[in-house]
Amino acid sequence: MAADTLLPAGGGREPPGVLIEQGAHAPRPPGRGTDPWYVRAVLVGLTVLIVGGLVGLPLVAVFHHALANGLGAYWHNLTADPDTRHAIFLTLMVAPVAVGLNVAFGIAAAWVIARFRFPGRGVLVTLIDLPFSVSPVVAGLVFVLLFGLNAPAGEWLRAHGYQVLFAPPGLVLATAFVTFPFVARELIPVLEAIGPEEELAARSLGASGWELFWRITLPNIKWALLYGVILCNARAMGEFGAVYVVSGRIGGRTDTMPLRVEKLFQEYNTPAAFGLASVLTLLALVTLIAKVLIEPRLREKAPPSIGEP
Amino acid sequence: MGSGVSRRALPGFGLGLGYTVFYLSAIVLIPLAACVLKAASLSPAEFLAAAWSDRARAAYALSFTTALVAAAVNVALGLVVAWTLVRYDFPFKRLVDALVDVPLALPTAVAGLVYASLYAPNGWVGQYLDPLGIKVAYTESGIVLVLIFTGFPFVVRTVQPVLADLDAEVEEAAAVLGAGRWQAFRRVLLPTLIPPALTGFALAFARGLGEYGSVIFVSSNIPYKTEIAAVLIVSRLEEYSYAEAAAIAVVLLALSFVLLAVINLLERWTQRHGG
Repeated sequence: MAADTLLPAGGGREPPGVLIEQGAHAPRPPGRGTDPWYVRAVLVGLTVLIVGGLVGLPLVAVFHHALANGLGAYWHNLTADPDTRHAIFLTLMVAPVAVGLNVAFGIAAAWVIARFRFPGRGVLVTLIDLPFSVSPVVAGLVFVLLFGLNAPAGEWLRAHGYQVLFAPPGLVLATAFVTFPFVARELIPVLEAIGPEEELAARSLGASGWELFWRITLPNIKWALLYGVILCNARAMGEFGAVYVVSGRIGGRTDTMPLRVEKLFQEYNTPAAFGLASVLTLLALVTLIAKVLIEPRLREKAPPSIGEP
Repeated sequence: MGSGVSRRALPGFGLGLGYTVFYLSAIVLIPLAACVLKAASLSPAEFLAAAWSDRARAAYALSFTTALVAAAVNVALGLVVAWTLVRYDFPFKRLVDALVDVPLALPTAVAGLVYASLYAPNGWVGQYLDPLGIKVAYTESGIVLVLIFTGFPFVVRTVQPVLADLDAEVEEAAAVLGAGRWQAFRRVLLPTLIPPALTGFALAFARGLGEYGSVIFVSSNIPYKTEIAAVLIVSRLEEYSYAEAAAIAVVLLALSFVLLAVINLLERWTQRHGG
């Protein structure tokens, strides 16, 4: 349970913000020249060994095992099995819905928290981070308890012909839970830093609420929003524990890509498991590259603000 | 922090707050309350039997110790990596720096799969460890290893900015005033690095306590031996013992909320020291 995968950068609100700030931008390496060469050599060697062994080697291994039998076999593993095809399809359906839900919430929450002062605001900010400290398995469990056997909500919905658990709606709910804070905590610090001056000016000139949002607020927060969406999506597509619990793991019906990887592994179909895992790995790498590209734009002073101290 | 605006000056307060509270309740608060209520439907004796059985205690102990050891290892690794990345230049430094974030982006199932295969007795690394009698895959060591992987970025990314902001002048002044290298490290650097390192430790520890996806691949998940708390919850669910699963979940939730409070305190401490 915890501050979880892919902690997004909140503009210094919390350590996740700190986490993402790349340390590489130190103005000058202060210790250079003062540390003896053997200290430097040993520490650089250790670092390369640690990062290479812990992260580099597994990355190489994923692609090596996925491509071990050649490109043809790789493609066959990904496309020939209908259950694997369905898992890819399901992930591509579930993740965008969960991300969309959290985008709508993130914008609403950021607007309220960054622009207004009201009783309970601090509690609200804390509650938004709550899902990060809940184990993914518990996140799945809570929806099983709500919609499972003998649960009032589940019985009522089933009586009306809706199946939530062991079906895509349950996958969406569990995914939305574990990715809940991502968009909101990207937007809140950015909106706070920009300040309300432009919006107040537009308002005094007679702009409507929607005009205000589309013409001023959205353009100001677009990079932060994109950043939040990318991090949220990566986590949504890769989520395992929460969807494992709510899916019932019905092959060809409720298996997402990560769940399919596990099933293939259990069936000793290692090449296919690694094939699918390599697609998820590519997704992670693309996410990190996008993150590196967007980060400088987040630090740009957004629009020239009036009366910024 | 931005400035609050009079509620009449900007539109959308009512709609925004209404939707925020509705969605927060629907996705997070009501489901969590359902879990607590389910656990509360047990009598105290039943709750204890479910949440504090021998098997459950063994699972908590394993989750706790593996997460603790992994987080401690990550403090050592994280300090070395953060120090090197901030202080020295070397070829491919940017790449190494970018790779540190991979565990945050890589799906846990992929991490579990690849670690299980690397450290299996016939795996790339396991084949060299097996003759030495070191078993990693399907043991507690395997659990610790994947938890080191999933928690690796936390200490690096909390310590890195603090180290980068540290004034070189402070160290130089210490040197000018006659402090030896070791003395400068102990008196100047160490006190500054302890708060962010502890924050990173707590984040990695909290993450490790709840981790599931990567662990089930590298652990044999045998009750009393290699079964972590999250795995026990899932097996209770598969037996349709919903209330028992909820009871164990409540214990885990309580533990993680305590950790959350500790992390918040540490952050404030870091800000006061690092400011």
